[in-house]
Amino acid sequence: MKTVNEKAWFLVLPVLLLVAFSAVIPLMTVVNYSVQDSFGNNQFFWAGLLWFEEMLASDRMWNALGRQLVFSAIILAIEIPLGILVALNMPQKGFWSSFCLVAMSLPLLIPWNVVGTIWQIFGRVDIGLLGYTLDALGLDYNYTQDSLDAWITVVVMDVWHWTSLVALLAYAGLRSIPDAYYQAAKIDQASRWAVFRYIELPKMAGVLMIAILLRFMDSFMIYTEPFVLTGGGPGNATTFLSIDLVKMALGQFDLGPAAAFSLMYFLVILLISWVFYTIMTNLDARDAK
Amino acid sequence: MTDTVSAPGAGTIPGDVAPAKPQAKSRKRFRPNGSAIVMTIYLLFLLVPIYWLLNMSLKTNTEILGTFSLWPRNLTLANYETILTDPAWYTGYINSITYVTMNVVITLAVALPAAYAFSRYTFTGDKHLFFWLLTNRMAPPAVFALPFFQLYSSVGLFDTHIAVALAHCLFNVPLAVWILEGFMRGVPKEIDETAYIDGYSFSRFFIRIFMPLIASGIGVAAFFAFMFSWVELLLSRTLTSVDAKPIAATMTRTVGASGIDWGVLAAAGVLTIVPGALVIWFVRNYIAKGFALGRV
Amino acid sequence: MAQITLDDLAHSYHPNPSGPDDFALKQLDMTWRDGEAYALLGASGCGKSTLLNIISGLLHPSQGRILFGERDVTNAPTADRNIAQVFQFPVVYDTMSVRENLAFPLKNRGMAGQEIAERVQKVAAMIDMEAVLDRKARGLTADAKQKISLGRGMVREDVNALLFDEPLTVIDPHMKWELRTQLKKLHRDFGHTMIYVTHDQTEALTFADKVVVMHDGRVVQTGTPQDLFEKPAHTFVGYFIGSPGMNLFDADINGRTARIGDATLDLGRPYAASGRMQVGVRPEFVRVGTGGDGLPARIRRVEDVGRHKIVRLDVMGVETAAIVGEDATIPTDIDRVSFVPEGINVYADAWRVAPQGETP
Repeated sequence: MKTVNEKAWFLVLPVLLLVAFSAVIPLMTVVNYSVQDSFGNNQFFWAGLLWFEEMLASDRMWNALGRQLVFSAIILAIEIPLGILVALNMPQKGFWSSFCLVAMSLPLLIPWNVVGTIWQIFGRVDIGLLGYTLDALGLDYNYTQDSLDAWITVVVMDVWHWTSLVALLAYAGLRSIPDAYYQAAKIDQASRWAVFRYIELPKMAGVLMIAILLRFMDSFMIYTEPFVLTGGGPGNATTFLSIDLVKMALGQFDLGPAAAFSLMYFLVILLISWVFYTIMTNLDARDAK
Repeated sequence: MTDTVSAPGAGTIPGDVAPAKPQAKSRKRFRPNGSAIVMTIYLLFLLVPIYWLLNMSLKTNTEILGTFSLWPRNLTLANYETILTDPAWYTGYINSITYVTMNVVITLAVALPAAYAFSRYTFTGDKHLFFWLLTNRMAPPAVFALPFFQLYSSVGLFDTHIAVALAHCLFNVPLAVWILEGFMRGVPKEIDETAYIDGYSFSRFFIRIFMPLIASGIGVAAFFAFMFSWVELLLSRTLTSVDAKPIAATMTRTVGASGIDWGVLAAAGVLTIVPGALVIWFVRNYIAKGFALGRV
Repeated sequence: MAQITLDDLAHSYHPNPSGPDDFALKQLDMTWRDGEAYALLGASGCGKSTLLNIISGLLHPSQGRILFGERDVTNAPTADRNIAQVFQFPVVYDTMSVRENLAFPLKNRGMAGQEIAERVQKVAAMIDMEAVLDRKARGLTADAKQKISLGRGMVREDVNALLFDEPLTVIDPHMKWELRTQLKKLHRDFGHTMIYVTHDQTEALTFADKVVVMHDGRVVQTGTPQDLFEKPAHTFVGYFIGSPGMNLFDADINGRTARIGDATLDLGRPYAASGRMQVGVRPEFVRVGTGGDGLPARIRRVEDVGRHKIVRLDVMGVETAAIVGEDATIPTDIDRVSFVPEGINVYADAWRVAPQGETP
């Protein structure tokens, strides 16, 4: 068991100072802006909860939040099962195993705007393989003009970018299962489905929880890739929360509303992550009984 | 035969548990391996867009816009030449690599002692502190972009490498603490106690004995810190203008008066993939273990 | 239930084995009689588990055939062979309750619910887990989990054989005894063929009717515990079984006498072969004395292990052990050892040479 040692605070102190500098102070600034109004010239006036009320009443934020929720839900619904499927089919050893691991890690280490650029090029009807092929097949595809096409492209891009993370996590979970489990399942005449349901899935549960949390958080914060690909368009079709926020804060310099927006945005992420986390740890605890 | 039932994702069962070999061979001729098909399709899906970028980077703009071809007809390295000879381009790489390295070093330096404290001791507020650290990983960079800009401008750090490195600590430090804590928990506490009994001081024990034991964990944390710092753009672009401008931001230069210089854009993209690919190549044998994050 | 025959069997983990060293299991012909309890005994890495996994179909042998009764099952998958196997480390389905775990093999075979419930109840009573039937398997202790694994093996009554791969390794010593007793009882009640892999000779000798000793990928002897003790077929059996192991002396054999160094030994029985061989004598058959007949010896030390005493001697440069009764007084001037004739075995190239007139 762990020993009680208050001096351990000294070990945590560097982290505390660093994170305080890079998180607490900026967050204070945001809070500060969210309750003030400015008419330029660096003069600020107390505005109370005005900005929060304004933001809560504005369609703009609700629409962005709606798009964001739909996007994250689609991403999770595709990437988690697909990642598991890929992990189950990955070669276990030898050259092909290394090859798959390296090839799959590649998209994870490409700068996010380059990811956007790759798909921006790939999907163009004039110079991109995907766009050109779809066009040649007679499909009317244009992600810069059509909202649905833009959505599909953004989703496919995210699946391309992040499914490997889920797959690698699931693969690591699978690798930790001793052979004896599979042998026992054969002796017990378990079907392939039963092996998955009663051996592989429970053993992957821990890493899948991490995968779901990471994918939810990161898809909820997505900015760079769709910004490069569609710029939030056509219209506002792919304007997710972060894109909208940056537009508001850095583009229009509406500091007050943007700050209020920021805080609510952060709270929504915290809330949903917390709900995910609690549900999953509860499921875990119930299983243990 | 039960072994051939292929319900969810027709996976092969690992280990040498293959049934009847002669039968398996005759089966192969009639039915191709399901796993190979799934993996081939998935890898094609991953690699074709990257290939397309590579393909474009080796073409001239005339060829890109004029003809549609699956491989370069007039192979040219001119696009790469443009980048590698123009300081405005290649300093971008140096900037990126500089702040990423700084970030990895800072992240590990502060995360190691903290993770040790969390994995070994109980102290007032430890659980709350741990959760609060993790919430920073959930903070959208977009929320912090403007305040960061103002904060670093006011302390005179704007457009420096250290500013970006510190900003990236926001999400890398919590992740590193969390990963390292997982690995450290796997090291039996008796090792610490034995070392103290043998008269090791804390710092000597930590560096000489403990760190080698969790070397793989440190490697994994460094890999993730590298990865998230290298790929991030929103903060690094906001906090820099000229002197510390990352390569990914430099890419907007390709938009000129006469439209986008597609060839150079593609070449720059390919070059940003190279450092990541190199890192992966060196750690390829540890990827599977690393992604378990010491928690399986 | 059926007799299991291994015909010209061999296995190598290499795809293209080039020499005998590449074989984890060397060429083997063997019959496991229906309804007997066998122990498969040997040191780690001797090929025990390989053999077991070939019988259950988890491994496909590089060569040879496996017959269940008259049926060739070499190419049949595990499920078809109707075998139960328990592994070294407990395998339980974490998310299922104990009851669901026990019912799992029956459910997979499409048995009716009523019958499953009855069998599960019966097995639960046997492994003494009726009280925890509705608990999740995840939170249980290692030995409770291993009891579930045993239970899953026993819940199917019509199995061809029950295979155990060192099943008691993770179990506490006092539980080991209890579980082994339950296994023996199970064997008496149902008469399944049982094969029990272990590296522990006590476990093997107390559990089995027949002990199969393996060494270096080869079955070196199959026999009753008494056979293994009195007539070890291979020097490894002599060394591995018994505590301490058999004493070995280099000797020249000629008819019924052996020359060890400058001393001569009467073997008690005539041998057809002659030449450079080895003489093996278990410590139980070594007598110590002062003066008189026998080989010259020097006493080194005496160990009292409770039931008896072990005398360590130097017999012409060969370290030799002798077992004497707990109450015997041991004179300090011992200078001779002699051997009980029935306890003397002769070995050529490590394999036992039968004396003339012995019926195998």
